[in-house]
Amino acid sequence: MGATDTKPEVLVRLPDHLVRLFPGAERRVWLRGANVDEMLHALDARWPGMRDRLCDSTPAVRRHINIFVGGRRAGLKTPLVQGMDVFVLTAISGG
Amino acid sequence: MAKKVLVLVGTKKGAFIAESDSARANWAVRGPFCETWPLNHVIGDPRSGTIHAAGGNEWFGPAVWKSTDLGESWTHSSEGLAYDAGAPPVKTAWSLAHGNDALYVGVEPAGLFRSTDGGESFTHLPGLQAHPSRPDWHPGGAGLILHSLVLNPQDNSQIWVGISAAGVFHSADGGETWEPRNRGTRADYMPEGQNYPEFGQCVHCLVMAPNRPDRLYQQNHCGMYRSDDGGRSWSSIEAGLPSSFGFPAAVHPRDDEMLYLIPLNGDTAGRFMPDAQAAVWRTADGGGSWEKRTDGLPQTGAYFNVLRQAMATDALEPAGVYFGTNSGALYASADEGGRWTCIAAHLPLITSVETLVVDA
Repeated sequence: MGATDTKPEVLVRLPDHLVRLFPGAERRVWLRGANVDEMLHALDARWPGMRDRLCDSTPAVRRHINIFVGGRRAGLKTPLVQGMDVFVLTAISGG
Repeated sequence: MAKKVLVLVGTKKGAFIAESDSARANWAVRGPFCETWPLNHVIGDPRSGTIHAAGGNEWFGPAVWKSTDLGESWTHSSEGLAYDAGAPPVKTAWSLAHGNDALYVGVEPAGLFRSTDGGESFTHLPGLQAHPSRPDWHPGGAGLILHSLVLNPQDNSQIWVGISAAGVFHSADGGETWEPRNRGTRADYMPEGQNYPEFGQCVHCLVMAPNRPDRLYQQNHCGMYRSDDGGRSWSSIEAGLPSSFGFPAAVHPRDDEMLYLIPLNGDTAGRFMPDAQAAVWRTADGGGSWEKRTDGLPQTGAYFNVLRQAMATDALEPAGVYFGTNSGALYASADEGGRWTCIAAHLPLITSVETLVVDA
């Protein structure tokens, strides 16, 4: 078992209009990471470029993206716990 | 071989493409493309037929879209299209230019990127952001945007950019170093006696004559200008026009003296067509005199404007001229701006219009 395999695995739900940008991507995906930042790197390894859609170069979660971990709005450093639900949602925005 | 022309339309809700044979009498419009992302510029490379689209989504950030099949399918990338950690992030991609060996991308906040793999990945050219004047750049109404991107077609190391509201800058070394080139252009919004600064002008659109890289035209917030020395000095060409304010400028594809402008009624007067009557103004002598063209354009109730990247010409003979409005109408002329036809209405707000002529 590698070091990565010991990290928490969480079920991540992605918004439809994000998934549409990446042919073959799925709305629900199990990912491993000690925190949200690592989880997003794992997401990017699965579908290259997807992290850029959710994070800017600050680095930070984009202003109109909300990531909920265990029911609470999270940042990149928010730790993950095995089996947690993670929701990636788009804020009310547009025009 | 027979040709067809594609009018590439960037809008607030994706890209649209209007297509016609070379007669340009009948048009078919398709779209929206790019997942209805807000786009600021859509361009086509006549050598390869590749189309690129620059924009940014409020949720998902900036990206450059790409189609190699004339808009049937699209991919997107922002790999490398980012400033260093800690700096204000790139909000959206604003302008594109196909060079001989690279794709150039201007962004907000103002900066320049280059792609040498056809838009798959991007590298920041940091010289512009490192210019000593950078701390004193201030945004215009649309943000601190690099909206005009002009390359010397023979020598791509020569680059001109227009930034609102920092002015025109030029690089002679491919983007490593830059100098402001604004002498002679006004900044009416500065205190009396400070109206001709070295930088800080609100350039709206910068274009290059087809056969003379030193001949530049500029629509500014404060006047229309021509330069015959690569922007080192500018002369006003606004005499004879109904106002000194407008956004787009378009050059003829072969005639260095032929320029098209769409003056609006003024920056504090509503920014729509003068007297609500639409007109395109063209000069055949480099701005020495102007001809008002209204045939086919609405002459009552024209409370629209035409944004900075929303007018273009095509490479056919005679040249076609096109513009798109903020109310979603696309107008075309197949006779060098003489007579006009509305070829699409009720599109989203049009941000850019460019053309691509390919084999039919």
